[in-house]
Amino acid sequence: MTTTVHAPPDLEKSTDDRRVVRKRLGPGKRIPFAFWIGPALFLAVWAAGSATGVISPAILTAPWDVAIAFQDQWVNHDLLGNILSSLQRAVIGLALGVITGAVLAVLSGLSRIGESLIDGPIQIKRSVPTLALIPLFIAWFGIGQEMKIVTIALITLVPIYVHTHNGLRSIDGKYAELAETIGIGRGEFIRHIVLPGALPGFLLGMRFAVTSSMLGLVVVEQYNAVAGIGHMITLAEQYGQTDVIVVGLVIYGVFGYCADSAVRLTGRKVLAWRRTLED
Amino acid sequence: MASHVGGLTQTAVRVRNLHRSFSKNGGVLNGLDLDIAAGEFVALIGRSGTGKSTLLRALAGLDRGVAGHGQIAVPESVSVVFQDSRLLPWKRILDNVVFGLRGSDAGARGRQALAEVGLAGRETAWPYQLSGGEQQRAALARSLVREPQLLLADEPFGALDALTRIRMHVLLRKLCEAHRPAVLLVTHDVDEAIVLADRVILLDDGVVRTDVRVDLPDRSRSSAGFAELRTFLLDELGVEEENR
Repeated sequence: MTTTVHAPPDLEKSTDDRRVVRKRLGPGKRIPFAFWIGPALFLAVWAAGSATGVISPAILTAPWDVAIAFQDQWVNHDLLGNILSSLQRAVIGLALGVITGAVLAVLSGLSRIGESLIDGPIQIKRSVPTLALIPLFIAWFGIGQEMKIVTIALITLVPIYVHTHNGLRSIDGKYAELAETIGIGRGEFIRHIVLPGALPGFLLGMRFAVTSSMLGLVVVEQYNAVAGIGHMITLAEQYGQTDVIVVGLVIYGVFGYCADSAVRLTGRKVLAWRRTLED
Repeated sequence: MASHVGGLTQTAVRVRNLHRSFSKNGGVLNGLDLDIAAGEFVALIGRSGTGKSTLLRALAGLDRGVAGHGQIAVPESVSVVFQDSRLLPWKRILDNVVFGLRGSDAGARGRQALAEVGLAGRETAWPYQLSGGEQQRAALARSLVREPQLLLADEPFGALDALTRIRMHVLLRKLCEAHRPAVLLVTHDVDEAIVLADRVILLDDGVVRTDVRVDLPDRSRSSAGFAELRTFLLDELGVEEENR
């Protein structure tokens, strides 16, 4: 038997890289400084608008005036204290909401009895605006820190519950079947299959939860707060200090953006087992 | 048929009068009887819809809620290999292999099992980084590391290409000779059944229709005995001469 190898003559000795390249349909490679580009552009438009007079100070304070107001608040009005006290509320409320939401989602996701007990009330809670519940919470918990934390916890619980539950129920049934043939207990099943499988959903819920905890802050700090960004904004509103209001809004924005980015970054790290358009 | 040790018949699987049905109109399994001896390799063939997978799932204890009755006795340690590798995508290969395994030496046993299937060095890879054949080998390692007395395999090579499949046959044969589990292999492929099994069982209409022992001195596809058995089984399956 004779063997012949046919090589296209013009390709035989070339050392340059020739390949067939298809048009890319996904988002492609990451670009550097992606985190900064959008917000920087926004800031640039804001600054340009203020400098040219398109945006009058009565509508929106210029960025540099916001910077001056920020410094004034920092030096003369304990801005750091306000930030810390808001952060504390947000973090405690968020932590409670996330833990409760995740536990309820697993209970309701894995047991039909749990589902019938838990799912309904949470869907009902979802359709009642939290703002409308605040008068009740004031009656129950007073107007102190408790009421504020409970409100934030309840606001953040809902997205965590909904997305974790959805993520859990979307786990391919064949993995549960595998676990049954391997003969592991429910605890190991939860640890090795349910939690990692529901993690993408949980992280999406987390993104909603961190921003809604900011939202909750604005609302609860209007009630009898002696410190906090919401408190600062409420005071500024009474004195007509638009620049201070904008300082508060910028702080909310920065916190929200950083927290969301942190969640997404965590997601990219812990979901390294997936091959998606994200990578 | 079954091997005798110390006067006791070592039977791994005993099925009597097994009925299973998914609708009222007719059963998928209609009073099936089956014995598999310890260490025996049985291939189960049959046309689509004759109840091969139903039987395997019944033996695996995965047919909860399916109507039917009958007696099943299987060993304590049963392992299943599915058509898809069913590796957990969020666990690295070694963690998949030792998943649910107890004991402080689990890691070492897992590594050894991976080496046995030719995947040494891939312990920390994610499942998506492996080819289809490698994933199925990892799944095989996951089953064998548990040292099952019964290995149930539902068309484990069905999704692999022909070349990979031949390599997997050699590997599976070797592993089974080393570990001696009883094996029930569901397959569509008559050649695969003859190459691998000690016994080929043909299911038709929910009962065992043919039960032949593969006693070939030479299992290569070119041998006369192979061709004869193949022709016999294809006849039994009702495959027309011109389609072979």
